[in-house]
Amino acid sequence: MRPSRAYAIALRHFYLLRGSVARFLPLFAWVAIDMVLWGFMSRYLNSVAAAPGHDFVHTLLGAVLLWDFFTRVMQGVTMVFFEDVWSRNFLNVFATPLSISEYVGGLVLSSIATSVVGLAVMLLLASTVFGLTFAAYGVMFVPFLLVLFLFGIAIGIFGCAVVLRLGPASEWFVWPIPALISPFAGVFYPLATLPAWMQAVSRLLPPSYVFEGMRTLVSGGTFSGTALLWGGGLAVVQILLASAFFSRVHRYAVRTGLIARYSAESVS
Amino acid sequence: MSKVLSVSALRKSYGDTVAVDGVSFDVGHGEIVGLLGPNGAGKTTTINMLLGVLEPTSGSIRIEEVDLARQRSQALERTNFAAVYSPLPGNLTVAQNLRIFGLIYGVKSLSARISELLEQFDLVRFRDTRCGVLSSGEQTRVALAKAMLNRPHLLLLDEPTASLDPSTARDIRGRIRDFAAQGHGGVLWTSHNMYEVEEVCHRVLFLSRGKVLLEGDPRTLPREHGRASLEELFIAVAREPLALGRA
Repeated sequence: MRPSRAYAIALRHFYLLRGSVARFLPLFAWVAIDMVLWGFMSRYLNSVAAAPGHDFVHTLLGAVLLWDFFTRVMQGVTMVFFEDVWSRNFLNVFATPLSISEYVGGLVLSSIATSVVGLAVMLLLASTVFGLTFAAYGVMFVPFLLVLFLFGIAIGIFGCAVVLRLGPASEWFVWPIPALISPFAGVFYPLATLPAWMQAVSRLLPPSYVFEGMRTLVSGGTFSGTALLWGGGLAVVQILLASAFFSRVHRYAVRTGLIARYSAESVS
Repeated sequence: MSKVLSVSALRKSYGDTVAVDGVSFDVGHGEIVGLLGPNGAGKTTTINMLLGVLEPTSGSIRIEEVDLARQRSQALERTNFAAVYSPLPGNLTVAQNLRIFGLIYGVKSLSARISELLEQFDLVRFRDTRCGVLSSGEQTRVALAKAMLNRPHLLLLDEPTASLDPSTARDIRGRIRDFAAQGHGGVLWTSHNMYEVEEVCHRVLFLSRGKVLLEGDPRTLPREHGRASLEELFIAVAREPLALGRA
């Protein structure tokens, strides 16, 4: 694997971001709006419904921040891939010495850069305007972010594979994935709220360990690092599975000529 | 002449449909070979297999003795291409596109190489222009500059002069001839313009229904088959391939 090739894929996205307000603004605009909306919502709930010792800023706004971070990571991966779809660039890219691992590495590299921008804006707004203090999560805040980052990468790679296999129009299957996952991940409520079959699904989702842990810490309880480790392990396995899926879809696309036809927009 | 490309018994089928049927040929260093044939003859399918974006059903492709199926990256490092149906991303500037593909191909002293190609293809004034706003001729020159980035040993050109005006097309042909004349690389060229094929190619292969029907010097091949010109021979290949095959 040559890092310079992965860098080339990330550099391409940097050029696009630098030259387009429409691409650069969404890196932080929507998450900033989320912070403002849920920040005021948290304040309001604190004023009318908070039990003694309970702070909605840390449970609700903190949850939105973490969930938006996951979404930004996932979209950070898929957006770079979609740029190749939209500019009909597959033939140019895949007829080069670039390997699939280098290409996926480029998607991840780009996602790291773009999601850090969103995270920085969210942290700034949440802490300065709404008083979100990260001491409430303690040292676990970093592992929380790491698990969500890994899961975002896994879902991003999976989404790219789906679009490669099913064609450009299937990007509409990918955009709503975070919304589909969120009820199972228990972003805003304890997993015990869910029926048993949904809890079974939750146990396979790394974010569910993060949000359960976050709520436990905020309410003053002790949270087992083993549970989060399990979530992190799941996320790593899911990255491997998603990469294998992408690689399999790519092999199918090479065998059937799908990549060459993609450029002609003949895939439906 | 040493071989830059060796294709042996190449076949691609989709179920019962055979797109390329046991094609074998080679391209030497400094040689320009025309891959000709009517629409659907299998030219683009062959090019796609040579580019590694389409897996052959059987057969082998060796680029300077490197097996494309086994050592894809190493084989494609020696290759590059330009095709009329695959323009570079229009939302990036000429220099940005060249930098990105230069990094992918691992080009040494990339900035200097980009400047050299911008000069060579008369693109200096378009360095910071987005490719999407360039004319067809300018976009073709950018695609060729990208195709030359890594000083390829095998250059694949799929209808590079389609949709260009005669003056620009002549200019492009001149640049390709110059590339081949240096002797470092070979060129496989597809075109429907028999005038330019006769002018540029040292040798042509006529594909019909996925098979190589005829092969030879484009300046003598028509007479050998009782036709007045290469264009007439092309039409005969398209309309009466079986008769030519028997001859």
